[in-house]
Amino acid sequence: MSLTLVIILAVVVFSSLLGICAGRRVKMDLEMWTVGGRRFGVILIWLLMAGEIYTTFTFLGASGWAYSRGAPTFYIMIYGALAYTISFFILPAIWKLGKKHGLHTQPDFFIKRYGSRALGVFVALIGVVFIIPYLQLQLTGLGLIVQEASNRAISPNAAIVISFLFTCAFVYTSGIRGTAWVSIVKDIMMVVSVLVVGFGVPYIYFGGIGRMFETLIRERPDYLIFPGATAGMDVLWVMSTVLLTGAGFYMWPHTFASVFSGKSAETIKRNAVIMPFYQLPILLIFFVGFTALLVIPGLENGDFSFLALVNKTYPAWFMGFVGAAGAVTAMVPSSILVLFASTLLAKNVYQTGFNPRAGEAAVVRLSRFMVLVISMLALVFAIYLPNALVNLLLIGYNGVTQFFPGVVLGLFWKRVSAAAVWTGLTAGIGLVAFLVLGGHDPLWGINAGFVALAVNFALTWLVSLLGSDQDNSIDSNI
Amino acid sequence: MKKGTRFALLLASIPFITLVFALPWVNRIEPLVLGLPFLLFWIALWVFLTPFILLAAYLLEKKYNPPEEE
Repeated sequence: MSLTLVIILAVVVFSSLLGICAGRRVKMDLEMWTVGGRRFGVILIWLLMAGEIYTTFTFLGASGWAYSRGAPTFYIMIYGALAYTISFFILPAIWKLGKKHGLHTQPDFFIKRYGSRALGVFVALIGVVFIIPYLQLQLTGLGLIVQEASNRAISPNAAIVISFLFTCAFVYTSGIRGTAWVSIVKDIMMVVSVLVVGFGVPYIYFGGIGRMFETLIRERPDYLIFPGATAGMDVLWVMSTVLLTGAGFYMWPHTFASVFSGKSAETIKRNAVIMPFYQLPILLIFFVGFTALLVIPGLENGDFSFLALVNKTYPAWFMGFVGAAGAVTAMVPSSILVLFASTLLAKNVYQTGFNPRAGEAAVVRLSRFMVLVISMLALVFAIYLPNALVNLLLIGYNGVTQFFPGVVLGLFWKRVSAAAVWTGLTAGIGLVAFLVLGGHDPLWGINAGFVALAVNFALTWLVSLLGSDQDNSIDSNI
Repeated sequence: MKKGTRFALLLASIPFITLVFALPWVNRIEPLVLGLPFLLFWIALWVFLTPFILLAAYLLEKKYNPPEEE
């Protein structure tokens, strides 16, 4: 077994054990399983959110886009900053409602705010439908990272199965606490990798970041401004995309619900202030992608530029470190995706939709069982049907962003009704599916999801205005 | 709307102005700043300043909004 492989395996096992230990001596009720007992302080919340937000896409995609598309990759750095700015205003309000009414999930919020169980079940199902392809993407990414890092000493499928079994183990035993604890390992390793490689490679090959850019300006100046090497990703696309993804950031079922883990609204607000610091390493990831473009041009798949450049530049043990960081970076978001897909099915589809009298213990048991079901499903898709869910993935981010009007208007405007949210949401998701799958994305240079969000917003607002002038706010629904 | 919230919203508009609506005017390579092409420098600068802007918003809210019980 090669040194790189030993390092990767050791890190995967160590972090999983840490995750399993996180749940020991804690009574695993629904509150603990989904929201960690609402006890996380600023540090743990920061780790949890960073853990679920900075995925393999950040690691491989940001450098891959820099390598193959150029400037449009900058959107990845922008949208987080916008998302945290929005979150400063909405997340503390969501937390307060969660605390007051004992909410655990995003559909719980919709049920409580709009007094409609049917809407809750609908929101839960949409959430699960978009989570599964996202989960599969993490697994596929993980397999490729380990395969590439180990110089093909292990097949991607073997890597996926092994690391995912470990992931399931710590989700099953520890719920969200497991994810938060494993995030510690992930964040440290990822930040170290990015710092070393991001400052290292421009220096090694060009004598500095400035010199690297001078070379890039001489050879590929088109890469450094919008639309870069793409045809459709011009300024208008970037503007609409960062607004869309900034709004959608906390609308994923798992990012939304992570808010409830905070111990106070104050914690959540302070967290929003410090989150943008986590955007800075992305700048270094761009440097790696651009350096790779100059040093190893012509890669078939730009997403490998980070790993390929590390492989060319650094000794085997460091390749192992980066590979391990990549593997854990896939495991942490996977764990939370599995956790919330399972909880949504158990709590908001089964309990809300079919058996409102089911006890809490039964819901936890079912959630845990669903962890195994969802995991198996994701493994099957990742290994046997890698392309089956591509369409769902394409509309995923655009799709979950359609929750935004229902959440934000619902928080701050009394008149929004369930009927308005039904109308806006179905129109938004329908329009996203039609535009993206019909090949109309971007539409007139604008991100199609943004067009759908605008229509959704307008409809939600209009139907609320047309409805009776009654107070639909959360406190009148109880 | 409370005074502190108004200040906070005003501050929060800064990242949206600089990182979204200003983009058509900063989509250029020259001048290089700190070795970075201008577009990337501009984005990095405002992303770096965002937490400080939010900190100011947080402090202003604290100062002007009456504390609420939780």
